[in-house]
Amino acid sequence: MQLQGKKIIALGERDGVQGSALAACARSAGADVVLETTYCFV
Amino acid sequence: MAEQYAADDLVVLLGTPNAESSRLYAMTVTEGDPSWAGALAGVALGLPVYHVMEEPVKVQIAPEVYEEHVALMEMVLESADIAQAVQTVRTNTGQGV
Repeated sequence: MQLQGKKIIALGERDGVQGSALAACARSAGADVVLETTYCFV
Repeated sequence: MAEQYAADDLVVLLGTPNAESSRLYAMTVTEGDPSWAGALAGVALGLPVYHVMEEPVKVQIAPEVYEEHVALMEMVLESADIAQAVQTVRTNTGQGV
């Protein structure tokens, strides 16, 4: 699976890795982030 | 979103904190919401899904970015169990490893 050139749906979670962090990681791999969100279940 | 882009172009990247939530998210974006509680109940999107801490994903991320954003959480989360859970869902939905 190659991230480069892919459209990324970044589903983060507050108690895990947040959406903004996932998006930064995906962009550094050459992917295009089309949705970025962080869920919180408290 | 899944209707707007071709499934081949999309990848769902997870940041879930444990194996159970990872399995739930992964199933929801592949074969449909297993809890049958949400809008994706019975909707099989069939999207490729990976957790950010899985090795095939991690190796593609710039090391300094991974270090800044994920490395700390990787130390406290059960990354092996999470990776296994997401990989199992991919296998069960015919996505290979």
